[in-house]
Amino acid sequence: MMLHRVFSGDLPRNRLLTVMLLAIAVALAFAPFVFPGAKALNVAAKICIFIVLVASFDLLLGYTGIVSFAHTMFFGIGTYGVSIALARMGPSWPAVAAGAGGALALSLALSLLIGLFSLRVKAIFYAMITLAVASAFQTLASQLSEITGGEDGLNFKVPEMLTPGFSLSEQPFLGVSPDGKLISYYLVFAATVALFLVMLRIVNSPFGRVLQAIRENAFRAEALGYRTVVYRTASNVLSAGFATLAGALLALWLRYNGPDTSLSFEIMIDILLMVVIGGMGTMYGAVVGAALFIVAQNYLQDLMRIASDAVEGVPLLPDLVHPDRWLLWLGILFILSVYRFPAGIVGKLRAMK
Amino acid sequence: MSAVAVAPALPDALPAVKLDRLPLLLVPALALIALPFMGSFSTWVTLTVAGIAMGMIIFIIASGLTLVFGLMDVLNFGHGVFIALGAYLAISVLGLMGGWTASENLLLNLLALLPAMLVAIAVAGAVGFAFERVIIRPVYGQHLKQILITMGGMIVGEELIKVIWGPQTIPLPLPAAFRGSLLLGEAAVEKYRLIAVVIGLAVFAAMFWVLSRTKAGLLIRAGVQDREMVESLGYRIRRLFVGVFVAGSSLAGLGGVMWGLYQQNVTPQMGAQVNVLIFIVIIIGGLGSVGGCFIGALLVGLLANYTGFLAPKVALFSNILLMVVVLLWRPQGIYPVANR
Amino acid sequence: MSAPLLRLEGVHTHIDAYHILHGVDLEVAQGELTVLLGRNGAGKTTTLRTVMGLWQATQGRVLFEGEDIARSHTPQIAHRGIAYVPENMGIFGDLTVRENMILAARGARRAEDIDAGRLEWIFNLFPAIKRFWQHPAGLLSGGQKQMLAVARAIVEPRKLLLVDEPSKGLAPAIIQNMIAAFRELKQTDTTILLVEQNFNFARQLGDRVAVMDDGRIVHTGTMAELAADEELQQRLLGLSLAAHQ
Repeated sequence: MMLHRVFSGDLPRNRLLTVMLLAIAVALAFAPFVFPGAKALNVAAKICIFIVLVASFDLLLGYTGIVSFAHTMFFGIGTYGVSIALARMGPSWPAVAAGAGGALALSLALSLLIGLFSLRVKAIFYAMITLAVASAFQTLASQLSEITGGEDGLNFKVPEMLTPGFSLSEQPFLGVSPDGKLISYYLVFAATVALFLVMLRIVNSPFGRVLQAIRENAFRAEALGYRTVVYRTASNVLSAGFATLAGALLALWLRYNGPDTSLSFEIMIDILLMVVIGGMGTMYGAVVGAALFIVAQNYLQDLMRIASDAVEGVPLLPDLVHPDRWLLWLGILFILSVYRFPAGIVGKLRAMK
Repeated sequence: MSAVAVAPALPDALPAVKLDRLPLLLVPALALIALPFMGSFSTWVTLTVAGIAMGMIIFIIASGLTLVFGLMDVLNFGHGVFIALGAYLAISVLGLMGGWTASENLLLNLLALLPAMLVAIAVAGAVGFAFERVIIRPVYGQHLKQILITMGGMIVGEELIKVIWGPQTIPLPLPAAFRGSLLLGEAAVEKYRLIAVVIGLAVFAAMFWVLSRTKAGLLIRAGVQDREMVESLGYRIRRLFVGVFVAGSSLAGLGGVMWGLYQQNVTPQMGAQVNVLIFIVIIIGGLGSVGGCFIGALLVGLLANYTGFLAPKVALFSNILLMVVVLLWRPQGIYPVANR
Repeated sequence: MSAPLLRLEGVHTHIDAYHILHGVDLEVAQGELTVLLGRNGAGKTTTLRTVMGLWQATQGRVLFEGEDIARSHTPQIAHRGIAYVPENMGIFGDLTVRENMILAARGARRAEDIDAGRLEWIFNLFPAIKRFWQHPAGLLSGGQKQMLAVARAIVEPRKLLLVDEPSKGLAPAIIQNMIAAFRELKQTDTTILLVEQNFNFARQLGDRVAVMDDGRIVHTGTMAELAADEELQQRLLGLSLAAHQ
């Protein structure tokens, strides 16, 4: 069946899950028309980008069993690559290509290096080392201010077709004016769909199955003749590559980039939360996790503000439900997920029959 | 009883007990290498004392973490939360003792610092106990889940700190008598740094004594090498582990007090920030080795201060570079623990 | 005929996905030295580790003094009076010989707390222990480490000793020492379950013998019977005695 091939044979396998995924997909596909306003479109675009970012992290964590805290580094390489190229070379498509291409090359090289080094040391070392490396990279980005714009970041122009000023026609299309923002959004959306399907294909290929075998029992995989070194490194590289592309998309969308846009540790934690709550090793978990998390991040806080005002006079309680403390509750949910729902929402749904 | 015939194959002499002395030279070596770059001897003295002080504080914080890993193979990515907790408690307690900290009298200042340290130790230890029971115990043996869940613990901890004390950076001024510097010849050495060195050495000495002279210490050293055998000898190593975890958390709390005073301010993120540093230190030292942790901490402290003076932009990389160099020399760290 | 001190009934043990013990039935009589023979991979070490609680039996009972200890934790099992000398000896290399012995003597906090008479006896059995008392145990030779491992197991009286291949990798002269030491041990009415691949070593010490293959006991009997029956030895162990003199 055509559907089977598009999704590489990895269907949701659960009615409720299918409904959820369809809802998310439809909402994202028609976001500009269904949800008016700049904020809503921003949320939608961010969900798309994070779907790619978290899915690429799931490839590494969920399918290969490697914990790496350097993921935001590759994300940042993508955003900085495109940002710097557009800032230096002016707003043109060749600049975008050069930026993205250069970023990919750097990511591939770095991930190769880290991947090869990691195989000398145990998993725990690896996690700690990636933490240190990502931290250093963030410092580097804010210090090389001539190139990266330092703490202030870079503002730059994107190719004309993507700018808000550009419009395809004077007539609004279904209530929305077909301007550069709309085009940008559909560029991001299309790229997201394409990249996600590619990753789905990768994890369902023989390569992906070997990764899972290695995750389960590396010794046995090695004994069966698979060179775990090669597969782990390949997974590292692929994961980094997709993260970089996600970064490139972010740069095109935001038209701004700074060290906190993509490199901050908070983002790394967000990714972790999304992949665990959504469901590790499922790919669809990234979709569910990203959608849930980013919607909560933007709209839950309003709910919390209402709650916080409601309990005004009570000691400590207003601080606990203060909208700025939403991470506290996500953190608790995260801990509970690791215990109780190690397979996340997707896994839980699939297990229910 | 019959005498057992001694077979001629038994060697009469063992090779001389050779303490692995080489790594001990690393710290003075680094200090000496840095000397020509400093410009003046007094600058070198100031920076070296600062580096050693910083190293001592880092050691206090990291020693618990390395023992916890060495003993039970548990990776606590949330160790930073105890540091932050200690620092914030210091603010609260020292705030209450305003009169004594404002005084120029050294003794009064020390007496004010003491309750801050004791409170930090006690509370951090109690939180550590809860942390071990709620967060860590359910995921023994599962490294992946440990990393994730302890990270989650740190996030929650950080947020709770923000709930109690607020999200902003709070200054933590030194008590009056600790401020300023002493002049050793031409070198200006900050008083607080000297105090930190003294406290650090005291902690190191106490740890050394416990590990080598008490049965509990014996059990810890044995358990780090071969946990199963310790259990087979009849010891409930679980209880030992809880004890070590609580001790490690308490030490982190104490270290937090000192780190907060060293930086003279505290932020809720300070735990996460110091996390990276202590991971580098325990990797350099060898997971499970207190001696290695001590040397690693001093090296990191010295390097941070030397590079901070010479080339501030390189500071964070210098630590990573140091780690890479050490791992290339000894892939398991300076003092790898036997039998792992 | 006294009741067996240790009895395994239908014990199955799995390690991850591997089914190692397929229903082991074994009896170890009080005061005797029982040898567990078998080729590599037969499940001998697994049996010892299961008794010691280091691996959990998935099925069956492990009865020590009549009580089922199959679900007990290792420290509890040790407290019942069972001592374990593992194949890798379990020596704490960074600790001194003295510290190793203090640890093994559960009640002791210092060397002085160890029963002096007993210690003297151990020094006589294994002079190396006395000679290298203050040295890090990691510096001892293989044979000396093996002696230390056994010494640790007997520093206090124990009801049952589980010993895994004490002769492995030792020079013949040291093996003679080991045999003499075990002979003395037997005189103290300690029950011993000894795993061995070296039949020559085993036959000098064993009272009873059990042979394992593929996770099951395939033969039990007295050592005297087995030692006298070359054809049985050949069949069970695939060896001829002449080759192992």
